[in-house]
Parts: sequence; structure tokens; C-alpha cells
Amino acid sequence: MAQLNDSGHANQHVSSSDHHDHPDMEEMRTFGFWIYLMTDVIIFGTLFAAYIVLQGNRNGGPGPEELFQMGGIIASTFILLTSSYTSGLAVLAMHKGNRQALMGWLGVTALLGATFIVLEVNEFIHLVHEGATISTSAFLSAFFTLVGTHGLHVSIGLVWMIALIIQLAKHGITPVTKRKVNVISLFWHFLDVVWIFVFTIVYLMGVR
Amino acid sequence: MKRPNALRWFASLSMLVLLLLMTTGCTESMIVLDPKGPIAEQQRDLMIISTILTSLVIVPVLILTVIIVWRYRDRTGRKAKYAPDWEHSTKLEVIWWGIPIIIITVLGLITIKGTYALEPSKPLESDKKPLTIQVTSLDWKWLFQYPEQGIATVNAVNFPEGVPIRFEITADSPMNSFWIPQLGGQMYAMSGMAMTLYLQADERGEYWGSGANFTGKEFAKMYFDVKSTSQEEFDQWVSEVKASSPALTLEGYQQLAEPAASDVKTFSAFPEGLFYMTVTKYASSHNHGLSWEDIQKIKIQE
Amino acid sequence: MWENVKSFASEFFVTGDPLIYGADISIVLTIIGIVFGLTYFKKWGWLWREWLTTVDHKKIGIMYILSAFLMLFRGGVDALLMRAQLAMPELNLLAPDHYNQIFTTHGVIMILFMAMPFMFGLFNVVVPLQIGARDVAYPFLNALSFWLFFFGAMLFNLSFVIGGSPDSGWLAYPPYSERMFNPGVGQDFYIWGIQISGIGSLMTGINFIVTILKMRAPGMKLMKMPMFPWSVLSSCIAIIFSFPILTATLALLFLDRYLGAHFFTLDGGGNPMMYINLIWMWGHPEVYIIVLPAFGIYSEIVSTFAKKKLFGYKSMVYAMMIISILSFLVWAHHFFTMGSGADVNAFFALTTMLIAIPTGVKVFNWLFTMFRGKITFETPMLWTLGFIVCFLVGGMTGVLLSVAPADFQFHNSYFLVAHFHNTIIGGVVFGYFAGLYYWWPKLFGFKLNERIGKWAFWFWNIGFYACFMPQYVLGLMGMTRRLVTYGWDKGWWEMNLVSTIGAGLMGIAFLFQVWQIVYSVKHLQKDETGDPWNGRTLEWSIPSPAPYYNFATLPQVSSQDEWWEEKQRREREPLSLAPPKLEPIHMPKNSGIPFVMSMFWFAAGFGFVFDWLWLTISGLVGVAVCMLVHSFNYDTDYYIPVEDIKRTEAAIRG
Repeated sequence: MAQLNDSGHANQHVSSSDHHDHPDMEEMRTFGFWIYLMTDVIIFGTLFAAYIVLQGNRNGGPGPEELFQMGGIIASTFILLTSSYTSGLAVLAMHKGNRQALMGWLGVTALLGATFIVLEVNEFIHLVHEGATISTSAFLSAFFTLVGTHGLHVSIGLVWMIALIIQLAKHGITPVTKRKVNVISLFWHFLDVVWIFVFTIVYLMGVR
Repeated sequence: MKRPNALRWFASLSMLVLLLLMTTGCTESMIVLDPKGPIAEQQRDLMIISTILTSLVIVPVLILTVIIVWRYRDRTGRKAKYAPDWEHSTKLEVIWWGIPIIIITVLGLITIKGTYALEPSKPLESDKKPLTIQVTSLDWKWLFQYPEQGIATVNAVNFPEGVPIRFEITADSPMNSFWIPQLGGQMYAMSGMAMTLYLQADERGEYWGSGANFTGKEFAKMYFDVKSTSQEEFDQWVSEVKASSPALTLEGYQQLAEPAASDVKTFSAFPEGLFYMTVTKYASSHNHGLSWEDIQKIKIQE
Repeated sequence: MWENVKSFASEFFVTGDPLIYGADISIVLTIIGIVFGLTYFKKWGWLWREWLTTVDHKKIGIMYILSAFLMLFRGGVDALLMRAQLAMPELNLLAPDHYNQIFTTHGVIMILFMAMPFMFGLFNVVVPLQIGARDVAYPFLNALSFWLFFFGAMLFNLSFVIGGSPDSGWLAYPPYSERMFNPGVGQDFYIWGIQISGIGSLMTGINFIVTILKMRAPGMKLMKMPMFPWSVLSSCIAIIFSFPILTATLALLFLDRYLGAHFFTLDGGGNPMMYINLIWMWGHPEVYIIVLPAFGIYSEIVSTFAKKKLFGYKSMVYAMMIISILSFLVWAHHFFTMGSGADVNAFFALTTMLIAIPTGVKVFNWLFTMFRGKITFETPMLWTLGFIVCFLVGGMTGVLLSVAPADFQFHNSYFLVAHFHNTIIGGVVFGYFAGLYYWWPKLFGFKLNERIGKWAFWFWNIGFYACFMPQYVLGLMGMTRRLVTYGWDKGWWEMNLVSTIGAGLMGIAFLFQVWQIVYSVKHLQKDETGDPWNGRTLEWSIPSPAPYYNFATLPQVSSQDEWWEEKQRREREPLSLAPPKLEPIHMPKNSGIPFVMSMFWFAAGFGFVFDWLWLTISGLVGVAVCMLVHSFNYDTDYYIPVEDIKRTEAAIRG
């Protein structure tokens, strides 16, 4: 208090670092991304709720047991889980300062993600050929929207990951790229968790 | 600095007038406060009780506001205390967390009791057998079917006084809300569902009802006449309708359902199971709330 | 060829109504005027550099507030048209179609394009200054939020002249809002206008949570933060939990309309009631989102003009947080009449009543802040007092509506209409006006004229009571909302006429406010102190208008009313004249990307509305390219050298 009084207010502050007003800019951005993820949880929560409410409304159309081919679904589930693991390996490589390995593992992750998307698109095409489209029934509307929204997230993540690999090649491992890698790996794990819910609620409980 | 006070007085005055109007219900046209049936009457009582309870806080606070603003206004030579750093008093804060909690507890208990007592699908206590009327909200008219009498009407509904009426309400149009202010509160008219609402008129008279939820262009024309008569008059009216009105055919219904406003109409008959058809037309998954007759029909079909 | 163009134009543009032709002409004239003015005065570069690309929270705030004022005008004209139509029975001023569009746009504009941007404007101009920060956490995102809001609002407003306005009420209940009953493009304008600006709102929510949690000046513990940032925090928490629901819900409605999905349709197994639940899960928190910051504003003003510490600081904080949480547990009180059964209704009636408790506590605390204070009645304080009275009435009728079985009679009647205007005008609008008058000197360096301001205040207040008190009575007379007209036989005309006169008075009040601003600019009396109200919080410790870096040196905070305490300290011990030790200030660089990217969103939205796939795709590709360009740009900030700071400080401090 005494110190405060003798120097007055406006000229009081003495800083120890020259980044005093943004000591942890990158950390702050990561924090914001966590909050964003929370909002995304709510979006998916809403879509899950809609799916659960509407899943019985088949409108005389086909149901899950007739439509879902579990083989492909299980395969794509494993692919996505593996990609989550490789994105973890990428972060580990980054902490070791190994740029090549980091870019490599990110590449592998993106490749696995792309495979997942190809399988999903394939499944959708198959469904449409079976005559099961988004406008067939409320159940299918909710199914395509929920699964499709997840797929859209994965696709956006893919573009983002490729952009990040290029940036890593250009700038190397800096605080900024480090934060970006951390954030996308967070995003990727998040999509993985969402997929586990999709897999359980839509597919496993659907064909039961 | 007299003006803030004028505002205060103006507001409290208008509140008082409102309160007076609400408690006395003297004006003829405030029909919600002039109930003609047991449901609307209990709802009116709830309104008055809750108004009084909330006024117990609001009116003193309004007065307190006037006093504080007047007493602690800044002027030279005032005697009232000025304590710029006085910012906390546990005792006071306990009081004003406490008072609303008590009032809300009381009001909450009354509300819970009222909510269960006035649940719209709960049959009314009466020694008379309820009369079922099936209501369909169409674009932009109301169709009433009397399954027991076998007649139907548009934009007018008649029933005997003192008899509980079981309204079964659905829509073959966007969602609407069925409301006869002097007999009781609303119930949504939703397609794919048959909602139950029990009402009763204690006196003979002519009232009106309306659609309370916006449904489009001619929404403002969705009024219907409500007439409660003696049992004899009602029976006579039924036989008149049967003798003199045309029958409603399925084709006729489809024409009737076309979007347009309509005058009052009466029909001597309607297609068997029309109401059931309307309810199940859209949603096969949640066709709850159908009357006993309809359930019988489902069983027969199965 | 010419015939084709003509038939396209008659489909594309709204035709056949003289009112709309008049609006068309005035819109075109205004645009020509603006373009001519900018070219003539060679201001295009200035506009781009200083405003369109700015990431300065103060300028963004000003743009928000300016847009809000324009939207208040549009929404207000809608309101006056409706009141004119209802002034007497059986009037034919507006056809039903037109009336339905007007009540829809009035609601949407007032809540989403007036109240929200007004609120965000105040967040922007005040929060960083009050917590002693140099900007918000993510300045780029902040600019993007604004431009998304702006282009979303423009897209929505465009429906007035192109394609036709939405007409299914401000929450667009299906099935009426589905293609089956509503085949026109108005509803799609509604979806995309709200969707685009909604993304902006969501990002603002995230931005201010992080700003408040992470960017407070050294020493400012959470419990030493002024009340306004607290209210912003509680409001933003509600934003991040509720706006995603809105985004998802509108997306589902869009899929129904665009791809023929069956979420809320009558056929195909859709469930319209699910929409009503979902939209109110957003809609109810939404009204608390806009009223909580107003509570914060009142707290600041009461304490400043009673010249006394805010009473019951902790209670106030807890009360706001409780309100923020409870707001998520009350949504079903908007449809007690859906027949969900007594259990559900009893639960939601109770949670709704519970909100009255923390709200009541806040009123008591404001009163006791004035108790033993020294109250003066400048315009911000007048609005606050007007609010207390008005909100008490609105709060009371709110409790009445929460009594579920009684609500069966109040629901969808004018009683309800009167209630929510009572709380939203009396609570929200009065609050934002109070805040605008209060912080105006900080924004622009001069006060608004008090005399004209008082005229505006009294016209608003008397107009308000004249307009809405009769509507309570009308509700009890059985008049339901959204009626285009009514018959002589109902006995409603006297009350309606009074109500219309009241609305007219509020219209005049708005004109007073415009005049007040013009007058005050013309007879400019500069405020040299930077602290015209004898304020209590940090924003008053710096010059007005604040320099672009806000604080030359970051303040060290030791108490709630830091600036007030500091003034006391200085009185006891005169300021030592040692010059402040300055350091280079880290600042974000301006960027054109938010503006351009939002334009692409606008294009994509427009493409969706008219089902022009080429435009949609190019719009979305544009958005993606903008994001990538931003991601690849590592040159986003700079340092202001000490010399520049010294020069700026010397210039403004004289």
C-alpha cells in the first residue's frame, strides 16, 4: 500500500518483461479453443438429441438394421481411432523438437482421416442407392445430419492439417506453430470422442 | 428535481388501477376476469392470489424507491446521512434474500397444487356424463365434430350447461391454440396429436373462442361462437341440424380444409373416423390422446 | 429476352406496395448519397483504413452501436406501422400478408439486430477499458464477429426489397415455417440472416469470456472487478451454451426446407414440437443474455450517481450467476399449453419463479446503494430510475405468467405481449440507453445535451406506459397476439387507440434522441477531464476519447472502485510528478479479411436463399480462402515505439 501511495496511480506499473500485456498469448488462444470445443459439444449434443427423438420415425422406410453394414463402420472406426493416436505421436515429436517426425505423423493422420472420409462418402452413396436419402424419413434426416456434420468437421480438419504441414515446413517449430499443432490435435481427439458416441448410439444401438 | 417522483407516482398509480381492475373484475369486457365455468373461475382466482402475493413485495419496494430517491437526493443543507463506503450488511441482505424466498415458496406451493388440480386432461368432477367434442384447427376455421350426436359444425360450438365437455383437439394445419377465455385456458392444437381439454359452462350464455397461435394469412378470422344452452335446447338443436343440414363427406372435408376463412356451418353427419384419420394422417409415432371410441377403431383395424 | 428480365425482376423484387416502393427509392437515394459523399470528399481510403479494416475494440463498438441505432429505427417503424394498423377496428392500412411480415421482422430485428449489437457495442467500448486491457483477447475475431453480424443483418433486411420478408413470427415455429406452408424465400432470408450473425455472436461470447478471465490489469482479482464485466461474463457464459443450440436448430430447419429433410415437417415423421423446445432452449437464455449486461450497467450508474460504493457486491455477483444458470432451466414455460402434463409444467413453473429471487435481490441492492448516498439526476441516472420502476412491474407480471395454470389464460394474449415489452424495453433498452449516455463522453470526448436528453427520457417513459399498460388490459379482454385486425364487437378499440398513441410518443422520443446527438455535436463542448461524471472505475482514469492503445502504462489495481480510491489517494497525497516509465506497446495489425470474409458469407447465404448453387459455392470457397490466407499470415502484430506513445499522450493530455 505504501508503495502505491508514494508513486501514484498512472505511473505505478513496473513491468519485469516486455511482453507484460500478453504474457501468454498462445496459451490464451488455446484456452479460447477449449471454449470453442465446448460450444461444438452443444451443437453435437443438439444433433444427438434430435437423432434420439426421431430415430423411431421411419415413415415406412428402412431402419438401421436393414441399412448399416457394420463391417465398413468398424473398419472406419479403427481408422479414426488410429489417426487420433498418430496425432498424439505428432505432438510428442513436436515436444522433442523433431520437425520431420512431426510433419510425418501429421501427414499420416491426415491420410487416415482422408480414408475415413472416403469410407463415409462410400457408405452414404450406398445408402442413397438403397433408396435411403435425407428426405426419406425423419430417422434418415437425423442420421445423415449427425453423421454428415461429423464428417464435415473431419474434412475441415483435413484442410487445416495440410495447411499446417505447409506452415511447419515454412516456419519450423515456433511458439505459434506449436500452439497450432496443439490446437488441431485437440480438435482431432475431440472428433474421435464424438465418433465414439456416434458409433455407439447410431450404429451399435441401431443394429442391436 | 421533482420530476423523477412524478414518474414514480404515475407508475404506482397505473399499477394500482391495474390491480383494482384485476381484483374487482368489474369491467364487462375483461372477460378473462369474468369466468362462466369452474376452470376459468379457478384460473381467475389464481391470478388474483398471485397478484396479491407479488404486490406484497412490489408495492412496498415502489414506495421505498420513492422515499430513498427523495430523501437521499443531493441538495445543499440536507440532513440525511451520507455514507459513501457503506456497502454491506449481512442482516439486510439476509432479509432480502429471505422475503422473496418466502413469497416464492408460498406462490410455488399454490402453483404446484393448481397445476395438478387444473391439468387440462383431468376429467371434471360431475355427476353428469361428459360430452365429447372433437376439434380440428383448419386453415383458417375450426371444425367441431360431435361423435355422440353424429353432427359437425364449423366456427360454432354448442353444448348444454353444467355438463363437462371433453374437447379433443388436433390440427390439420399449422399449430394453433384453442381458447375460450370465459370457460378456461388454452390448449395447443397440434397435428398428429389429440390433446384433451375439459371445460364446462355453469350458465347459459353466448361466448366466443379463438385461435391464439398464429397460423398465417387469415388467422385473424379464426373466431368461433360458443353457446351454452339447456339440455333440452341442445337436444333440439341437434335434431334440427340433423334434419336440415347437409352431410359432410370426405370430399367435402377436403374442400373445407382448403386454406380460406369460413362462415358458420352445420353438418348433419360426418365421415366415420374422420377425426382419427386427421390425427394419424401425419405422424404414426405419437398418436396419443385419442378418445376411447378411436382406440376401439384402432383395435378393429388391427 | 426483355420479357424474361421483366418476369425475373417481378419475382425477384418485392412489388405491388407503395410503402415498399417508397422504401426502395429512399434506400437507393441513401446509397447514392453515401457513395457520392465518400467519392467527393475522397474518403474511400479513410473508410477502408479507419473503419472497415479496424481491429480496435472502440471503433468496432461504435460501429455496433451505430448499426443498432439504424436497426432500432427500422424495427421502430415496423412497430409504428403495426400500431397504426391496430389503432382502430377493421382498418385496412396493412394487408394481412404485409402485417405478418412486419411483426416478424420487428421481433427479429429488435432482439437480434438491435439489442444484440447494442449490447456487443457496449461490451466492446467498455469492458477492455474497465478491466485495464489494451484490447480484447482476439481482436481479429472481434472484427470478424462484427462484420458477420453486419452482413447477416443486411441479408435479413434485404428481404424487404428482394424476394419478400419472412412472415412466421420471430421464432418461426414450424410447421408454418416449413416449405409446405411457407414456400417463399423470406423464411430462408430469416435462417441465413440469423445464422450468419449468430456465428458472430458466438465468437463474441468466447472472445469476452477469455478477455475477462485472462486480460485483467495486474492486481484485479475477479472479486475486485467492476460489476459490468461481471454481467458481461454471466451473459457470455449463457451465449456460449445457448447459441450453438440456435445454430443447430436453424440448420435443421434449413435442411428441411432446402433438402427436403423431415426434422420438423408434418409428414415423413417430423416433429414440430421438437423445434419449439429447441428454439426456446436458446430463446429463453437469449433474453437473459441481453438483460444481464443491462443489470451491470445499472450497477455502475447507481453507484456513480449516488456517489457511493455498490451495495452487496458479492450478492450481486452470485445473483447474476444464478440467473445465468437458471435461464437454461425454464424454457418450457413458453408453452405450458402444449399439454406436457402437470409434472413438467410444475417443474418449469417453479424454476421460473426461482429467477424472481436473485432478480429481486438485485433491485434491493440498487436501492440500498442509493440509501445514504448523494443522488444526482443526470440522464444515465434517470434511465436507471425509470428502469427500476418499469422492471418491477414487468417482473411482477412475469411471476404472474409463471403460475402455469393461470398462464393457460395469459398465453399468447396481449398480456404476454405487454409483459415482454415491459421487461425488454424497461430492462434492456432503458439499460442500454443509460449505458450509452453514461459512456458517450468516454467514446467521443463530449457529453450529450442533458436538456434534450430529459425530454427524450420523459417521452420514452410516458409513451411506454401509455403503450403497454393498456395491452395488459387487452390481454385480459381476450385479445391474442399477431392479429392483423379485430372487430368493433370486441370492445378493444379504446385500449388499442391509447396504446397506439403511446407508441407514437416513443417514436417522438426517438426523434428527440437523434436531435440530441445532432445538437450536441453542433454545440460541441469538449470534456477535458476524461472523467465527467466523477466516475469510479478505470475507464475514467484515461483521457476521452481513449487513445488507440488505451493505457499508456497498465494500471495496478488494488480495489473494486480503483479510480475512485485513486482520486482519494491523490487528494491526500498529491501526485508525484515522476514521468511514467513507458514501454513499447504490443498491438494487433488491421486486417481486411474479416470484412471480405463476411461478404463471402453474405454471398453464400444469398445463394442458399435463392438456391443459386454457383453463388453458394463461390461464397463458401471464398470463406475458406480467407481463412487460409489468415492462417498463413504470420505478420499480425506490431509494437508502438515509446516515442509515439509519448507524442500521443502529450497531444491528448495537452
